[in-house]
Amino acid sequence: MLAALKRLWHKLGSPRWFFALTSFWVSLLGWAALLFLLVGAVWGLAFAPADYQQGNSFRIMYVHVPAAMLAQSLYIGMGVAGFIGLVWRMKLTDVFIAASLPLGMVVTALALFSGSVWGRPTWGSWWEWDGRTVSTLVLFFLYVGIYALREAIADMQLRARASALLAMVGTVNIPIIKYSVEWWNTLHQPASFGLTQKPAMPSEMWLPLLVMVLGFYALAGFVVLTRMRAEILHREGSARWVGEWIAGRRAI
Amino acid sequence: MIGSLLRREWQILRRAKGAVINPMAFLFLSATLFAIAAPALVIQQTSQGASAAGILWTLVLLTQLLALDGMYRRDFDSGLLEQLLVTAQVPFVAVLSRIFMQWLSTGFIIVLASPLLAVLLGLSVETLPATAVALLLGTPTLSLLGSIGASVTVGFNRGGVILALLVLPLFLPTLIFGADLVEAAQAGRDFMPQAYVLGLISLGALALAPFATLAGLKISLEMQ
Repeated sequence: MLAALKRLWHKLGSPRWFFALTSFWVSLLGWAALLFLLVGAVWGLAFAPADYQQGNSFRIMYVHVPAAMLAQSLYIGMGVAGFIGLVWRMKLTDVFIAASLPLGMVVTALALFSGSVWGRPTWGSWWEWDGRTVSTLVLFFLYVGIYALREAIADMQLRARASALLAMVGTVNIPIIKYSVEWWNTLHQPASFGLTQKPAMPSEMWLPLLVMVLGFYALAGFVVLTRMRAEILHREGSARWVGEWIAGRRAI
Repeated sequence: MIGSLLRREWQILRRAKGAVINPMAFLFLSATLFAIAAPALVIQQTSQGASAAGILWTLVLLTQLLALDGMYRRDFDSGLLEQLLVTAQVPFVAVLSRIFMQWLSTGFIIVLASPLLAVLLGLSVETLPATAVALLLGTPTLSLLGSIGASVTVGFNRGGVILALLVLPLFLPTLIFGADLVEAAQAGRDFMPQAYVLGLISLGALALAPFATLAGLKISLEMQ
């Protein structure tokens, strides 16, 4: 078991092997995302019961909660990838950071936007300086910082190392920022979903949410893998296997 | 070795007085701008405690940011930084002494000047010790985390804006607890919890930031 894991770890150093492995996973995740998002959206938007206090506006939750969860997960994923990249000098980790950075920014913006739309009927204003809102906004700025840094460095290897370092520093700071901001001021309802406690809503409401969360993560996996594969083709453009792969595609 | 490093830093500081004076001038100038632009926040005695504490800390953050930009620049341009990292037996100590001197030339001076600044911004005299304590515990974090951003951006022609983008979000916890400490003192509440948190954040930054700075400096040196 351990030997197999070690072998996998070494193989992950090879972009070519990763590329071959993921052609199956991309299509699997793509179809899973389509299925989950369709089922979750129809179930959540049309069939889940309306909230006794918030009426139908609570349905924004089915976009807002998965987006906010994904926004944090992607940044932490970048931090972990940055750590692996700095310690083991693995090529793929920077491909992962490059692929998930724009997606993370978009998802964080989506979480902020959907939260703002939800805040209008619930809290009575488009923007409240609420703790969890602010920590998401800061998360967005952390993404922007890494993006700006990547734009500023021309050399690919140095860019990889600098952004890996910053992603790590940001990841260490995320919990500190999150808890201090929430301690500072919170109006927000507590998180709808946690790993440890039972959701505070009936199953007709949270089951579609669970499906939507799975759908968002599958979609993220699909997008990140697709972008990583494109990036690998771009970076390894001069390698023989890329030429062979393209020739194989042309033949079909 | 530590002694000679610190002596060198001290000599530089004594000869380049602008590194100490300019940020302080900026700090007081921007406090004046605040008083002129928003007299309701500063001069009038209405809800002053809360907003004065917030303004004070925001200005301290911006002053630190301004001073951080030049933190490694001169040594980087002259090639001395590279020599220092190559020859030092423990590069960690070299970086740490640089950070310590940076703090001494900005954070510590801000602590010394804090009574004047606080009175200018309309805080009560009883709050002055608490303000100094808050700054003493909080400003090391600014130098330590700021050093990470400065180390990564030192190779850029115009690194200032990126530096701000990188480090200001990291300053947030210090801003929150620092401003809250001053506000609590102004309202006559107990401010020890905030002081403990500020010290804790500083100690955490002290443990990790020099390593990250070292990694950042190595990246920047390769960029040359």
